[in-house]
Amino acid sequence: MNYIFDGSYCGYLSCVFEAFERKEFDVIPTTQQLMVANIFSEKREIPSCSMKALRIATGMEKIIGRHNAKLFYHNFLADNSLEWTNGFRLIVELFKSQHLDMQNYGRPDLLRLHQSIKKISRERHRMKAFIRFVKSYNNLYTAIVEPDFNVIPLVIDFFKNRFADQQWLIYDIRRNYGFYYNGRTVQEVSHIHGQDIQDPYCIEVDLDPKEKEFQHLWKTYFKSTTIESRKNLKLHLRHVPKRYWKYLVEKI
Amino acid sequence: MFGFDEKLRILADAAKYDVSCSSSGGKRKNNGGVGDASASGICHTYTEDGRCVSLLKILMTNYCIYDCSFCVSRRSNDVQRAAFSVKEVVDLTMNFYRRNYIEGLFLSSGIFKSADYTMERLMLVVKKLRTEERFNGYIHLKAIPGASESLLKEAGLYVDRMSVNLEIPTEEGLKLVAPEKDHKSVREPLAIVQNEILNVQQHKKIVKKAPLFVPAGQSTQMVIGATPETDLQIMQTANEFYKDYQLKRVYYSGYIPINATDSSLPQIGTTPPLIRENRLYQTDWLLRFYGFSLNEILNNKHQQLELDIDPKLAWALRNPQFFPIDINSADYSWIIRIPGIGRQSANKIVQARKYGKLKEFQLRKLGIAFNRAKYFMICQDSIVSTGFHYPEQIKKSILEYNPRPKLINSQTQLTLFS
Ligand code: SF4
Repeated sequence: MNYIFDGSYCGYLSCVFEAFERKEFDVIPTTQQLMVANIFSEKREIPSCSMKALRIATGMEKIIGRHNAKLFYHNFLADNSLEWTNGFRLIVELFKSQHLDMQNYGRPDLLRLHQSIKKISRERHRMKAFIRFVKSYNNLYTAIVEPDFNVIPLVIDFFKNRFADQQWLIYDIRRNYGFYYNGRTVQEVSHIHGQDIQDPYCIEVDLDPKEKEFQHLWKTYFKSTTIESRKNLKLHLRHVPKRYWKYLVEKI
Repeated sequence: MFGFDEKLRILADAAKYDVSCSSSGGKRKNNGGVGDASASGICHTYTEDGRCVSLLKILMTNYCIYDCSFCVSRRSNDVQRAAFSVKEVVDLTMNFYRRNYIEGLFLSSGIFKSADYTMERLMLVVKKLRTEERFNGYIHLKAIPGASESLLKEAGLYVDRMSVNLEIPTEEGLKLVAPEKDHKSVREPLAIVQNEILNVQQHKKIVKKAPLFVPAGQSTQMVIGATPETDLQIMQTANEFYKDYQLKRVYYSGYIPINATDSSLPQIGTTPPLIRENRLYQTDWLLRFYGFSLNEILNNKHQQLELDIDPKLAWALRNPQFFPIDINSADYSWIIRIPGIGRQSANKIVQARKYGKLKEFQLRKLGIAFNRAKYFMICQDSIVSTGFHYPEQIKKSILEYNPRPKLINSQTQLTLFS
């Protein structure tokens, strides 16, 4: 049975709630976009309901603690139906047996959960590292990104603490939403650009007059700090995979 | 005269031989200004030689009154010279930082005029960053040997880490390539800063809001392969400095030939000893995090590390009496001694075995290098009577499976023993 939800964590937890309501446990949580078209598969639309989601969330925290409950949120950000299903099954088990040993790495499904979380956390770490701000004339610092997983929510606090005195916008163009910080608070924004923005370094019109100069200086620095006789492109590529290059000043 | 871009090129190029780029251990919080120090450090990009770029690493100037023959900036070397102004370094740092290019600044310098003159300019940069720009990012500052205690102490109030490079692992070696220098001049600033760190810690116990003083500690660097020291000598020096000055890190930097005239140094074109450098880092790690003592890895009988296998494997092969180790009952401290098992996997094993004895198929999934580890351990379903493997045979089969030693970046800590 496919449970179609809206792609939010609230919707995901609502699926768990519905599963218990209907005693349907062989469920694949998915979204309209991700669902593999198959006329034979049954599906049910599950509306997001914050009351239901909250009950599931607090229930989970009660049984396995806050820290462990958070792991399911991180796994959810994988943005992929297989990981969603694995997490879903584990949540169902957790409620049924009122218990789950999260550190039991000997179990393939729990190990998988941890591996998925590790991937997410790697991507989150990469975003902290690879986000590059472009300064515009009105002092807004903009970064456009396209992470493999939906990890931007996980780095917002980091950027808020770090760049507390500057205005910035971090925008995920794959998922078409982002976060804007006005110097005091963070707001979620979506669909602000048309679909046509692909290259963050193309928005030239309203750049800060010194922006290009600093981009150039950064490239100069990057080149000069390389030691030719130690060159090791394989290692370089492992650390900075090609798919991130178009957002890195020093690699374009 | 040349443009600013050219100046940056010269002064970044001259600074790149300092391998440290770590930005970890910072404790600064942001209150209203810009920046904070991420406790674990962040590499914002990697050079094409695979090294982490975390800090803007530059020299204040590459003019130098000394003539150390292993150094590009030595006075007799015919290179372009340049110098930044205090304001230029501050502006560059702030603009790179605000664009999220870097974690902070690593500032060093050739010795211009005198030690104090140089140190004062370095101090002015870090003071300006902290007080005028309200910058809380990471700052690593080179302490200049011979600078006055008061300047070192003032700079210490603003920086996260300080370092003084030993450069050559032994006094005798240093005399060969830099007769004007000695280890004593390195020990002095390290000792001054270390004393002050301890003072501040004492003070903290009484007054809660004591000022920060070099919160990320001190480090040093040795150049490897310029002079003929053995690995044992190198690690003895490292050990001693870790102990005497409670250093956070010792860096080992394979010598890159840059001097065509001095015949006592490796010639230009010789490849830097990258594998040896990596083996030294692995040894350093074994000593600090794996509970090994130096004597177990290097001693008068084994003065050099093997290049074809890592030091943990080498130790295990020399000590077959400890193996095989039972994964399901051995202490954590013994599990991490098994070749092919790192600290992370060891942790997972210890967690997971609480829920039942572990079998081979489970271990394979826990991120260990099973094909290496299998010779040294037993698990629930191991066939016990596999017969005794001779160390030479094990080494041969491991090398056959993984013929070339993997070159690992000195900065990547987690994969050191994978
Ligand atoms: S004092 Fe430092 S900068 Fe000057 S030549 Fe010696 S190592 Fe190079």
